[in-house]
Amino acid sequence: MTATDFAPGRDRQSAAAGSGRGVSDTFPKLLLEHARLRADRPANREKDYGIWQSWSWAEVAAEVEALACGLAAAGFRRGDKLAIIGDNRPRLYWAIAAAQALGGVPVPVYQDAVAEEMTFVLDHAEVGFAVAENQEQVDKLAEIKERCPLLEMVIFSDPRGMRHYDQPWLDDYTKVQERGREFALAEPEFFPREIAKGRGGDTAIILYTSGTTGQPKGVVLTFDNIITAAKNAIAFEGLTDREEVLAYLPMAWIGEHIFSYAQAYCAGFCASCPESQATVMLDLRELGPTYFFAPPRIFESILTQVMIRMEDAGWAKHRLFHFFLDFARRVGPRILDRERVSVTDRALYRLGDVLVYGPLKNTLGFSRIRIAYTAGEAIGPDLFTFYRSLGINLKQLYGMTESSVFLCIQRDGAVKPDTVGAPIKDVEIRIAEDGEVLFKSPGAFQCYYKNPDATAAAKRSDGWVHTGDSGFFDADGQLKILDRARDVGRLRGGALFAPKFIENKLKFFPYIKEAVAIGDGRPFVVALLNIDLEAVGDWAERRNLAYASYQELAAEEAVYDLVQSCIERVNRNLAAESALASSQIRRFLILHKELDADDGELTRTRKVRRRIIVDRYQPLVEALYSGGATGRIATQITFEDGRKGQMRAELAIRDVPTGLPPAEPVPLRRAG
Amino acid sequence: MKQIGEPILTADRITLAFGGITALNAISIGIRQHEILAMIGPNGAGKTSMLNVINGFYHPQAGTITWKGETRRRVRPYHAAAQGIARTFQNVALFKGMTTLDNIMTGRLLQMRRNFLWQAIHFGPAEQEELAHRARVERIIDFLEIQAIRKTPVGRLPYGLQKRVELGRALAMEPELLLLDEPMAGMNVEEKEDMCRLILDINDEFGTTIALIEHDMGVVMDISDRVVVLDYGRKIADGPPEEVRVSPDVIAAYLGEER
Repeated sequence: MTATDFAPGRDRQSAAAGSGRGVSDTFPKLLLEHARLRADRPANREKDYGIWQSWSWAEVAAEVEALACGLAAAGFRRGDKLAIIGDNRPRLYWAIAAAQALGGVPVPVYQDAVAEEMTFVLDHAEVGFAVAENQEQVDKLAEIKERCPLLEMVIFSDPRGMRHYDQPWLDDYTKVQERGREFALAEPEFFPREIAKGRGGDTAIILYTSGTTGQPKGVVLTFDNIITAAKNAIAFEGLTDREEVLAYLPMAWIGEHIFSYAQAYCAGFCASCPESQATVMLDLRELGPTYFFAPPRIFESILTQVMIRMEDAGWAKHRLFHFFLDFARRVGPRILDRERVSVTDRALYRLGDVLVYGPLKNTLGFSRIRIAYTAGEAIGPDLFTFYRSLGINLKQLYGMTESSVFLCIQRDGAVKPDTVGAPIKDVEIRIAEDGEVLFKSPGAFQCYYKNPDATAAAKRSDGWVHTGDSGFFDADGQLKILDRARDVGRLRGGALFAPKFIENKLKFFPYIKEAVAIGDGRPFVVALLNIDLEAVGDWAERRNLAYASYQELAAEEAVYDLVQSCIERVNRNLAAESALASSQIRRFLILHKELDADDGELTRTRKVRRRIIVDRYQPLVEALYSGGATGRIATQITFEDGRKGQMRAELAIRDVPTGLPPAEPVPLRRAG
Repeated sequence: MKQIGEPILTADRITLAFGGITALNAISIGIRQHEILAMIGPNGAGKTSMLNVINGFYHPQAGTITWKGETRRRVRPYHAAAQGIARTFQNVALFKGMTTLDNIMTGRLLQMRRNFLWQAIHFGPAEQEELAHRARVERIIDFLEIQAIRKTPVGRLPYGLQKRVELGRALAMEPELLLLDEPMAGMNVEEKEDMCRLILDINDEFGTTIALIEHDMGVVMDISDRVVVLDYGRKIADGPPEEVRVSPDVIAAYLGEER
């Protein structure tokens, strides 16, 4: 990595105690403050042309001013909406700040959204201006422009391939900035004046939640909401302006917005953008972040890759690796929690750090991590412990778009795999009679944009926000989330059925990528599964099993055997808990295609949309309950370019023995 | 839109024979500046031979090649490359053990001024020079969207990506004329679409003249400005795609005809 952008000789300064608090109540004000206080410190980096390019806070302020003035010159007024569409790029983050500086509202859109989804958001949010990353996004906007009559202007950042586009509503980011600079020259007071007009109570952003049901809802958050939540979490963790983060998750997602924009602006640290989505892991390694967030699936895929690669290592390395890893599982988390550990164990752990943990963390880019979070879904206890045993301070938190993320965070030294921590400062949490989690927080959203019914349902007059999650507090006062409240059901026999709980148990196996458990109002539980192409592909290669596609691999007899062995272990596990013994999986099948957000089967944050899947694969579900040996299905699929096609398949169904006595606990995940 | 100019390379009555087989029989082709010219024809029609003649790998028994107004007699591939003619091969010809980056860097070798002793010391001017070349190569990597495989040995890459790396190496020479020998052979539909887009982009962004050989008629008709059809060493058609498509000679050559 380039070290040139670290200005030496400045003291570490805790941002929570930073000056100007109470004055800088909007992000543009914070930007100006940083441009003054830490003008030369890096604010953004982006890997481009193989090199980390970097912009200081002063430079970012100048870029934002140029863009904001350019937008103003093009007719952008207070209250106007600016859609932001693309991968994580500094220029798109600047666009957020520019819109906010003018008193407008940024509306980030999921960059992989197909044209239909984009139409809904742009139309619903009454977007007049958009900043698009590249030709791909401009093409999508061009396609839907007629259906979004309010859309006046689209600014593209990457001019590649755009030479022959002559639509009058298109403009180049650089040109807009050029006009902005002229504008600022003529009216130098405009930019600071507009920023000064902003108030903490103004709408900062509208984020559309992908939602596991129905149309997306636009969550309206104010500067006060986001800044208070971000600052409370900064104070809680003691974050400083020296943190390094990688901005790599979708910009339309609240988590990304908080970690890479809000907290970066509140604490004054630098957010770095990867070169491309395909290089995230390489860039992570080069950057070595100190503060890192990832949903469980990313931690899972990193572990799967490590295990696959270790299978190729020589005998000695293999033994060494597994010896120290098993040892770390026993000792590592306790060392991290500062518990008492014997001197010999400590010494051996130190040795393991030199031989295995250190090099491994370095390869993954985790050497410098002080705080890592995972949230969004339950994380497997083995997976969670794996990272903690290496000395990576991985913790869980609880939050959602409607709460500006932070509700609960696990305190250092009080980390458990199955809880999400205790409420942080200013947050109140109550469990309703029916088990639903309710909260009050300064981060609580204003409303769902133009959706008073949904707002009234979530945000009651008594001030409590209903999360739709069911959970309870454990003996230590940490919150434990069970499931989405409405997903919890009962089997026909009356036994409790919590699908996500079962699905998570299945997904903890590296071979199983997605799982959908069905059982509400049914006599027993069945499952539709996706295999993990990488892990199972590698497993198949070792067995000289030839396959040409996902569909072919998924239909292999041997793969069914492999998956069945996983399910049998889950069943044994379930059988051990009396309340869940009847939730053992009786029958399953492996789907012929991967569940995909483009087909509406997953949300853009890759959560399973249960109802849609059950509906779409109805014939398969019926076959699972009818006792037949196969199920037939014809599904519509959407190709990358948005075309649609039909896919037909006849899938094998397997019966799984249930009611086995409890057996050995599930060992550490190994590939192969 | 782009301006197709005068021919920059003219092949005049080229005849090439191997023993008793006449691979090329008095063929004349002009390649005009900024155009995309496709050469098509059944197997053994002499397409690759024609490319080999153009870049000096084969020496025709008769006929002349004129490059930018200068008629050349005997040219070695080295000279052709130095004059600004780059090519890719039907079978990928990369250094399998080297990374994508290093493979593309080899495309810059002709432009490197310092000798290998300087390079070995890697200091002062040699380092400056290498940095400048690396910057060029990074532009190409960005252009071809292969950042993720920058440091991957090409032997480990799938075929479609290897083809892209090979194209990158040819581009690194900053050629005026780019010869592509079946750039899309063995690719799936998606890879072909990507490659088509890249070829059009190269032609559009850099103004590079491109002559390519391709069997996929859909591709040829889509991206080329002009099509030349060869059959058993003879040229049987030469014109815009829409004309060539309906030419009876071409249909006969492709669909077969009772002779």
